[in-house]
Amino acid sequence: MNKPSIDQIAEAINEKFGNAILSREEKYDFTVFTIDKSILVSLCKFLYDDERFQFRYLTTACGIHLPDEPKPFAMMYQLHSLVFNVRIRIKAYTTLNDLHFDTLIPIFSAANWMEREAFDFYGIRFNGHPKMTRILNVEDMDYHPMRKEYPVEDRTRYDKDDTMFGREKANFKKLT
Amino acid sequence: MQLKPTIPDDHKQYTTLNLGPTHPATHGIFQNVLTMDGEIIVDSEPTIGYIHRAFEKLAEHKPFYQITPLTDRMNYCSSPINNMGWHMTVEKLIKAELPKRVEYMRVIIMELARISDHLVCNSVIGVDTGAMTGFLYVFQWREDIYEIYEEICGARLTTNIGRIGGFERDFNETAWRKIKKLVNDLPAGLKEFEKLLVRNRIFMDRTIGCGPISAERALNYSFSGPNLRAAGVDYDVRAMNPYSSYEEFEFEIPIGKNGDTYDRFMVREEEMYQSLSIIRQAMEKIEKLQDKTSFHADIPSFYLPPKEDVYNNMEALIYHFKIVMGETDVPKGEVYHCVEGGNGELGFYLMSDGGRQPFRLHFRRPCYIYYQAYREMIKGAFLSDAILTMSSMNVIAGELDA
Repeated sequence: MNKPSIDQIAEAINEKFGNAILSREEKYDFTVFTIDKSILVSLCKFLYDDERFQFRYLTTACGIHLPDEPKPFAMMYQLHSLVFNVRIRIKAYTTLNDLHFDTLIPIFSAANWMEREAFDFYGIRFNGHPKMTRILNVEDMDYHPMRKEYPVEDRTRYDKDDTMFGREKANFKKLT
Repeated sequence: MQLKPTIPDDHKQYTTLNLGPTHPATHGIFQNVLTMDGEIIVDSEPTIGYIHRAFEKLAEHKPFYQITPLTDRMNYCSSPINNMGWHMTVEKLIKAELPKRVEYMRVIIMELARISDHLVCNSVIGVDTGAMTGFLYVFQWREDIYEIYEEICGARLTTNIGRIGGFERDFNETAWRKIKKLVNDLPAGLKEFEKLLVRNRIFMDRTIGCGPISAERALNYSFSGPNLRAAGVDYDVRAMNPYSSYEEFEFEIPIGKNGDTYDRFMVREEEMYQSLSIIRQAMEKIEKLQDKTSFHADIPSFYLPPKEDVYNNMEALIYHFKIVMGETDVPKGEVYHCVEGGNGELGFYLMSDGGRQPFRLHFRRPCYIYYQAYREMIKGAFLSDAILTMSSMNVIAGELDA
């Protein structure tokens, strides 16, 4: 079987999912498909099962926070077809009020901890995940630290006031 | 699929055993709460994050060149690979072209790092089976490799080796001499080490069939590196998506069959010989090059000028100031770059908004991803096999917890 071109992949998923594929961009050596989050699982399932593509390796997944966007939260998934050596990136955006994605665990077991990490750091919840708890941070933490509004410095430190070198006191103001 | 915590309702006496977080046999800070039926593991619940240091958050607050020291605290057994993976990610973002000589020099260092990583992992498998001798033998070779790092960058464990665009200085004569000596002497040392373990009946009985995983499950769990290859899948980033001129090198990708501890051990053993062969080829290629001096790319807005120029040359002073204060323009965009790390595909997903710091930096840490399978791999095994399985998977706490 021949290596599928990105155009063939785009054509196939456009045909199957139509309007739910929101955009296709070339970012360096990757093609990024932005999709509606409702088709996430069915798209991955389709790419996994289809003999022409065989995207059966989930390279990585992570959450992203873009505070200035209308939909400020995103999940990024990178799929790899080891047979044809094609890699693609899938992105789905959502809002703070609807911070849910469907879990990919039925397709990729590896998604388990990747999703827990996204929950831990961004508060993104995954429907159907068997154990939606924090993974790297302590369990009684009451915020999601990778969101942009949380400062990197300890909130109890007021002595570090050197804006010249990138430590912004403004971060503290946002919280209070 | 996540395994449900199942304690069978059969009126047996089950014991809960806390393995870790600090236990000499776990080689790092991992906790596993095991449910035991006698000596057999019925179920386990891993807890991680004991040395989480928020690298992804910290990276969003540091200029690009200050992120290198964060990366070498991830897989500290092969930190040069992490450092160079990060440099290459930034170079990809800024579209920097590197001289061939720099790429070959990087290959040498990365392969040395791979050897030192595999030496530690394989000899620790020996320790966990009760064979301390091999471990003590091979640490001499690791020491030699660390001396080479020391010669090149001054550090040993957390190396911070190289810069965005190349190296901070050229390899000196002593470094070349030490590399040559290592490449000559190590095969005999490896043979000696193998003589202790490879056909050792006790070692074979302990490791063959211990903690196996099938190729399908390994792929489903996104295994990479020697662990995936031991299961029989020949996925190696160096061959699949070559970087740093790996496409010019001749090397074989050893694979195993059963995905058990013995196969993982043997795959790593063979990879060390392949790494040595790559280093030899790289040195030959450097010999043949016309270019005998360049050790960094010509990207003045990212590569710090020599200090004497900063004092005497206006342009160098400006660049120095711009780099240190983070005033250099970086293109907007998102880039993913992966390298074959000591234990698998080490990836960097970098989103840049044009500012001095990354907007988002995500590390694809191979052992964070494959350690998930540990629960499945040790289910039904003996406790002593679980210890061996963990050490043969090369789970590095620093990388696991980022």
